[in-house]
Parts: sequence; structure tokens; C-alpha cells
Amino acid sequence: MTDCRYSKEHEYVLLDGDVATIGITDYAQTQLGDIVFVDLPPIGRKIDKGKEFAVIESVKAASEVYSPVSGEVVEVNSELGETPALVNDDPLGRGWLVRVHTSDRTEFDSLMDEAAYADFLKTL
Amino acid sequence: MTDEPDIATATAPLVRLPLDALHRRMGARMAPFAGYDMPLQYDKGIVAETLHTRDKASLFDVSHMGQAMIGGAGAARAMEGVTPADLLSLAQGRMRYTQLLNETGGVLDDLLVARLPGVEERLFLVVNAARKSADFTLIAAATGPRLKLHLLDRALIALQGPRAAMVLDALLPGVEDLSFMDWRAFDFEGAPVFVSRSGYTGEDGFELSLRADCAETFVTKLLAHGDVALAGLGARDALRLEAGLPLYGHDLDATTDPIEAGLAWSIGKRRRAEGGFPGFAHISAQLAQGPQRMRVGLLPQSKAPLREGAELFAQNGDPVGVVTSGGFSPTLQRPIAMGYVAAAHAGAGATLFATLRDKRIEVAVAPLPFVVHRYVRPTSGKDAR
Repeated sequence: MTDCRYSKEHEYVLLDGDVATIGITDYAQTQLGDIVFVDLPPIGRKIDKGKEFAVIESVKAASEVYSPVSGEVVEVNSELGETPALVNDDPLGRGWLVRVHTSDRTEFDSLMDEAAYADFLKTL
Repeated sequence: MTDEPDIATATAPLVRLPLDALHRRMGARMAPFAGYDMPLQYDKGIVAETLHTRDKASLFDVSHMGQAMIGGAGAARAMEGVTPADLLSLAQGRMRYTQLLNETGGVLDDLLVARLPGVEERLFLVVNAARKSADFTLIAAATGPRLKLHLLDRALIALQGPRAAMVLDALLPGVEDLSFMDWRAFDFEGAPVFVSRSGYTGEDGFELSLRADCAETFVTKLLAHGDVALAGLGARDALRLEAGLPLYGHDLDATTDPIEAGLAWSIGKRRRAEGGFPGFAHISAQLAQGPQRMRVGLLPQSKAPLREGAELFAQNGDPVGVVTSGGFSPTLQRPIAMGYVAAAHAGAGATLFATLRDKRIEVAVAPLPFVVHRYVRPTSGKDAR
């Protein structure tokens, strides 16, 4: 059973047990435009909530991606090496960025659920 | 042009283009640029817009740029006082690229100067948006009270790409007969349209200056053609970088001179001999001795683009240059960049290094342009530039 939460920085977290799949939202990919390169952390890297863990390069600019939860990277989306545009085409599916092992569920619980994120987008 | 809104206007409300409503209706994502609210891209995005320009024809709204007319005998001579171009030899109906220079030969702006057809001496100027008030103050001082400098509040649109001539000729019969850098006035529903066969993409194309209140009708007619699509500033920047064309505020500024910028071709032979423009002593020395650094093309040997401001190093770690424009080329599907590199390291094929997020990246010096120009040059009898 997976549950999806969102950050104000437009990242999402899909939680399955204690493994969190992190990516950017459809709103974020639209704002970035055509994505041409994704710089992902190595497996084993510890990432902290609110800190930069990846960089997404669009045609126009480089943008940092901030982690919505803390944890240790257990998997990265290697498909993005050849096909970074997956982040544009399917951000919540094949365009995921990393999977991390999380120990602290309270970080996840403090994020917005889908309805709250939809309301947040309306304020922008 | 500069990417960032200049400080002076950053807090002022953004100026809206005459075609603002059309851009929004057509799905533009707007962004501030030099004090203007400009279309950065439309729904299809920068990559698709860039490729469409190279394949068919794209329409760009560049009405933020400064346009002016100088009328009166001596206009060309007056403009020679602030630019190194040979404007006395500029034929009627021809246009030239040049720069406004400071006393040390630094570039205050780059601009286009056209000599209107007709016996009366009249020049049409197009300058960069962020520089227009400074430029026109400088030009007004140079032309003096005897000549008339009229700032034009007209729309400026560019139609660029291999289909541009065919599409535009249906609306303005005769434009197909123009050669690269020809300038002529046409009539659109009773209003004059100033047309030059020029652009900032490396493709064949036109820049059209027309009355702001005619712009929407005109653009709507162009867009009705299946080969024409709107493209924004993002695609314009990608296209000009692919074409190796410098962007003011990035690849050119008051600390760069036209020789190291690779623009010596724009300085006429007579002007090199006679001088009479700001920075002549410096420009002469640069021409005689060769510049110490050169603007070059750069091919990062990485998948990640190298951006403006990235430092370049030689094999031994010595700093030898800096990236002034960098991004991803939609046409070549790889990162490309340009920058200034010390002359000893500026030869095509030289290997430099840059650091990107703690990784060492090999960067090859490459000839410009990255994508070959497809200008329609005059076949005979007229100068190409």
C-alpha cells in the first residue's frame, strides 16, 4: 500500500513500507521545461530533509532538487541517464529520481497530501 | 540583451508588449526580461520551438528591442563617431551589424544600422532592450541638434527558418527578392512594414518593424500558415548559441572589445586606417598584435551543460578562460557553450577543463558556429555584409 505526499518545493514522496520514492511533481516539470540532464546522488549517500540531493538541468538552467525526507539512497533511476525527458513525460511514474530508506515516518506525515497540494498550487 | 532584468527596472512594473494578449492566449509562459514581460516559451517548449525554427519557420516577438530613425545629411558620418563600422559606404537598402564602443574599445552595445532606400540620408537602428536608453542618449549626443533622432514605438517581429521567405512573400510580395542584410519598406494594408532579411538564429529569415496597432492582424495572418509557429526567448537563446552569435550582457560587455569577440569583420577597412571612433587606439593595437584572449566555441565532453560563469583551466590547472554562454543544443542534442579563452589555448581542438559540481569535465575548443548559417547571400554586385 503506497501513499503519496508533496512538498512546497514541488517534490513528491511515494512511501512503500520504509522505502520512499522521490521525484518532482507535474507542476515542477512544467515549470522547468525540457529536461536534458539529471544529476543524481550515488547509492549509499545519506540525504537530509530540506537539503539539495539532485540537480535537474533544463535547456535554460540548472535547478536544485531538495529532499522532502531524510534517508539513505538505495536506488537511483538509471533510465534517466539516457532519457532525462522521462521526468517531463511521466514525472510520477517512470520519471522518478531516487529511492531512499527512511527511518523517520514523521517527516513523511508532515508533508501535504494530494488535496492539500492541489490547494497549495491554486495559491501560486 | 541580458537574461536578467536590469536593476533599475527590476522594481518597476514590467512593460507589456503590443502582442501581450496574443502571447497569453497562445499559451506563453511569460518571464521578465530587461524590464519587459516577455514570452519565454509556449506549450511545446524550447526544444520543439528550436527544432521547428530549423525545420520550418518560427515567429518571435522582439518588440522589446529599441528602434530609432536618424534623418538628415551627415547621419552616417555622425554614427561613425560612435561605431567602428564603415557607414559612409553603406548602400541604400543595406544593413550592417556594428557596436557602440567606449573610449577603451569596450562594447557598450551591439546594434544593426540600415540605410534607407532613397536619396535622403536616413538610418534605421535596432539596439538591445536593456541598453536602449543609454544607447539613444549616446547617439543623440553624437548626432547633435541638426539631425533628427526619432525613437520608434513600433512592434518588431522576427520570422526565422527555411520556410520564412515563402510564407512572408504571400503577405508582402517581393520579400523573396531580398538578400541577407537587405532592407526595404513594404506595405501591409496601407501601413509601412520595414523588412530586413536578417535575424539572430543562423537561419534565413526576416525582421519586421511595423506599427504596434497592426501587429496582431499581421501576426495572426502569419500564424494561419501551417508552417509557422510561435517561439519564445528560450528558443531564441538556444538558436543564437547554436549559430555562435554573441549575446550582449553575456558574451559582450564594456570589458570586451570587438576584436577578441571575433567581430573584426564588422570593422571596415577604411575605419581601421582612419579611426575616428571611440577606442580606436586599443582596437588598432588589438588588430596589429592579435588579442590575448578570443571568444571561442566550447564542447563540454559531458551530458550536463556547462553554464555561464564556469571557469576554464588548462591541463596544468592554470585558469585560462571563462564560459559566457552555455546550454543544451536542441539541434545537436548535446551541451554547447561559448566563452573567452587565452589565445595560446584558443585553437580549435585544444582541450580544457572545467569543474561542475565537484566533477572535472573535459571541454574541447570548437569552431563557431555549431550549426551552419543558412543566410541567403547576395549572388553578385552587393557586399555580403
